[in-house]
Amino acid sequence: MTGNIHSIETFGTVDGPGVRFVVFFQGCPMRCLYCHNPDTWMKKGGREMTSADILSRMERNRAFYRTGGITASGGEPMFQAAFLTELFEMAKERGIHTCLDTSGILFSDLPEQRRQTERLLAVTDLVMLDIKHMDDAEHRKLTGHGNENSIAFARYLDEKKIPVWIRHVVVPGITYSKDELTALGLFLKTLSNVTKLEVLPYHALGKTKYDSLGMKYVLEDTPQLKKAEAEEAERIIKDAWYGVV
Amino acid sequence: MQKEWRGFQSGVWQQEINVRDFIQKNYTPYDGDDAFLEGPTKDTADLWEQVLALSRQEREAGGVLDMDTRIISTITSHGPGYLDKEKEKIVGFQTDRPFKRSLQPCGGIRMAMKACEDNGYEVDSEVVEYFTTHRKTHNAGVFDAYTPEMRACRSSHIITGLPDAYGRGRIIGDYRRPALYGVDRLIEDKVEQLNTTRTIMYSDVIREREELSEQIRALKMLKDLAALYGCDISKPAGNIKEAVQAVYFAYLAAVKEQNGAAMSLGRTSTFLDIYAERDLREGTFTEREIQEFIDQFVMKLRCVKFARTPDYNHIFAGDPTWVTESIAGIGVDGRHMVTKMSYRYLHTLDNIGAAPEPNMTVLWSAKLPANFKKYCAGTSIRHSAIQYENDDIMRVVHGDDYGIACCVSSMRIGKEMQFFGARANLAKCLLYAINGGVDEMTGKQVGPKYRPVVSEYLDYDDVWEKYKDMMKWLASVYVNALNIIHYMHDKYCYEKIQMALHDKQVKRWFATGIAGLSVVADSLSAIRYAKVKPIRDENGIVVDFELEGDFPKYGNDDDRVDEIAKEVLHTFISYIKGNHTYRGGIPTTSILTITSNVSYGRNTGATPDGRKRGEAFAPGANPMHGRDANGAVASLASVAKLPFMDAQDGISNTFTIVPDALGKDGESAADNLTAMLDGYMEQGGHHLNVNVLNRDTLLHAQQHPEQYPQLTIRVSGYAVNFIKLTKEQQDEVIARTFHERV
Repeated sequence: MTGNIHSIETFGTVDGPGVRFVVFFQGCPMRCLYCHNPDTWMKKGGREMTSADILSRMERNRAFYRTGGITASGGEPMFQAAFLTELFEMAKERGIHTCLDTSGILFSDLPEQRRQTERLLAVTDLVMLDIKHMDDAEHRKLTGHGNENSIAFARYLDEKKIPVWIRHVVVPGITYSKDELTALGLFLKTLSNVTKLEVLPYHALGKTKYDSLGMKYVLEDTPQLKKAEAEEAERIIKDAWYGVV
Repeated sequence: MQKEWRGFQSGVWQQEINVRDFIQKNYTPYDGDDAFLEGPTKDTADLWEQVLALSRQEREAGGVLDMDTRIISTITSHGPGYLDKEKEKIVGFQTDRPFKRSLQPCGGIRMAMKACEDNGYEVDSEVVEYFTTHRKTHNAGVFDAYTPEMRACRSSHIITGLPDAYGRGRIIGDYRRPALYGVDRLIEDKVEQLNTTRTIMYSDVIREREELSEQIRALKMLKDLAALYGCDISKPAGNIKEAVQAVYFAYLAAVKEQNGAAMSLGRTSTFLDIYAERDLREGTFTEREIQEFIDQFVMKLRCVKFARTPDYNHIFAGDPTWVTESIAGIGVDGRHMVTKMSYRYLHTLDNIGAAPEPNMTVLWSAKLPANFKKYCAGTSIRHSAIQYENDDIMRVVHGDDYGIACCVSSMRIGKEMQFFGARANLAKCLLYAINGGVDEMTGKQVGPKYRPVVSEYLDYDDVWEKYKDMMKWLASVYVNALNIIHYMHDKYCYEKIQMALHDKQVKRWFATGIAGLSVVADSLSAIRYAKVKPIRDENGIVVDFELEGDFPKYGNDDDRVDEIAKEVLHTFISYIKGNHTYRGGIPTTSILTITSNVSYGRNTGATPDGRKRGEAFAPGANPMHGRDANGAVASLASVAKLPFMDAQDGISNTFTIVPDALGKDGESAADNLTAMLDGYMEQGGHHLNVNVLNRDTLLHAQQHPEQYPQLTIRVSGYAVNFIKLTKEQQDEVIARTFHERV
């Protein structure tokens, strides 16, 4: 089997614990306004690679990854679920820590897909679940899809006791509001498997990519989130998460 | 036991000059963290303010504040000099005033004159007359012996930076010996050596006897130097303060006598820690006082200056002196050699701020204690002032009492020295192979008239065969030029105090060097995997290339091209080894450019990899700027494949990463940097400069230098004050690959 891979980052330090070999999958159904990898959206355009190719490139430099492992990111890795599963299965055979960076948007109740997900999670050590917005309508505005699947995936991961890091991009005017952040915190309170929260302050570094791809950057006028604001956002989420209702 | 040695474990070090034995019997490995460290004292802070003010004045004066134009520098020519006598715990300057550069004409009077002229001074006419008419210099001797071919290679820049007009440096005296034994004992030992030479006077015996006599004289002068400052170092040091001072006097004597390119300190921290531990135990000094001695010692090392010319600055930018200090490492018995003193040295970067000197070099091993590794990584993240070298591969060759001279040259302290040999431009050599020895910039026949490439497209096998022939020729001219240089340096500019702090029998490394390795690897890869069409000018000389298609590039962990780099290196060092070397020197090579990657590039035509005429090379063994596109690990993995035993004089890699790309917070950033260093070294990487900074910071500093008096960055085996680089060099640093994917 081959996967369609956008690119590889051999020294990933912000996509999971330790130093990570990050595989960026090509293709994503989401159209997040702030996405900084719009070149990974289309199904076509990546490079065909086998799991063995990818892992041998990682393993030859195994000494660097003692504290980390492999991360599947993208794009949306679950868009190529069968390949992703094979990649992680082979990684686990080699004793490599696996981390899945996903929005959970493709999570589905259909039996066949459910079986696929179970196989995948059996070889996934950590999921970094990116919850874009707690409000379904806002989620749709931001990404083009409702948040139902993401939320369902979060609950499913909890049920399966898979460790999860929650990521939340905080954007002024979109997710930087007390209601939204509190809603997220209250949702986290219902989960028992979340080991870390990462508040990702919105930055406009992706803009140049839009320009070079000839695409319009919708958030042109949105300011970047300041450090203090990010700290404030994290505090609001945590207050709701740990607070007494 | 002598009273100065009270409390020390006895050993063979008492019977013979053997500092290593003393260290191994007496040092205390430290596994703890940095909590014990103390801040700077008021006196230290005041003195450093003074130094910063002098640095500012020096910068405003155009780079030099004052120069001696009359008194020829010797160990005892000047002194004493002070910043503020009351506040200085460690004393001594090269001349009678801080920041006044000494006059050292023995390497070459022309260089000394030019250094003065270019800075608005004039050497005293009597001195000039003396050194042109009556007393020959190293430089004059070399040019008497050079062949026309050697001169042509020098002018065309296929060999550059040869130490034929300045001191060769890269010799480390064992500056610890005067502290441990006292100078009288060292003199006794040297007299004994003189009395036991062979007695049939072959020329090498005569030379040995003359050199030993010079050494004995230098040791006597060392005592006199200390006496100028009211100190007696004829006997061993009795406490940490005296030990630091004695080490510094010995080093100071060396820099008063020699303005070698790199005047490195050696491996002093673990040695000195033994005195500090005893004083803490006996209550002689507090931790705060000990840190004060070290801060002030380091401050003195930062004030070492030499008179140098702008030309020199193109090769060695930013006024470096390479006061390299090697820290930590693992002992042969398996104990790590991290002590509290390892921390205290690095802590000076916090106490008196970042600076390029001393060139802090951590001898890295995955087996170093976790606390120390993390402390180093954190310090690198804060200051970008540390370089790391692989103790696990060097210990095999040199044991556990070696140090780094200059950037990456390893040698046993007091037992090995090297003949420094600058570097050959292998990228230009490739163009000579294509053009049959004709220089692509000048059209002159510099190399031998071998058959040039005549085909429409470059053919790999054809070019490779021709390249090997040309490298073989270059290696021969190069080594023979160095033979002349070192013969003359020994004759006219002998390092008597540094060699006095060596054993009688010294192993000599014959160091050569390579520039342009990544350009050559990518060029050969382009020829093999893409189509390269040479463009010829009206005289038939290839001056440019047209590239069709893509090719594997060095720096992406792609064996197709990385193997080419290895092959080039192995071939060249084999040719080097095929030549006779002066004084039985053992040939080695380095992949290190200092900052000459810029000037090498400027003097080299377009290359088959698509590099334009005049464009800078990558520094050292680095991949070319921006061509390493698969992240840091892939880039490091490519460099780590170059075998140390083929480039035993060092493989320099300069790595720059933006802070955000190291991790989300300080804690994980330090952990990730540690993991990276462990990985690089485990895979056989030799050296890594670590810069953690943003490109924007450098751009801003370029515009507003006054706001960045202490901005320190690592360039190629050493660190510089960024604002002291020329605009061209700053631009090249800014153009380097910054690993920044987040």
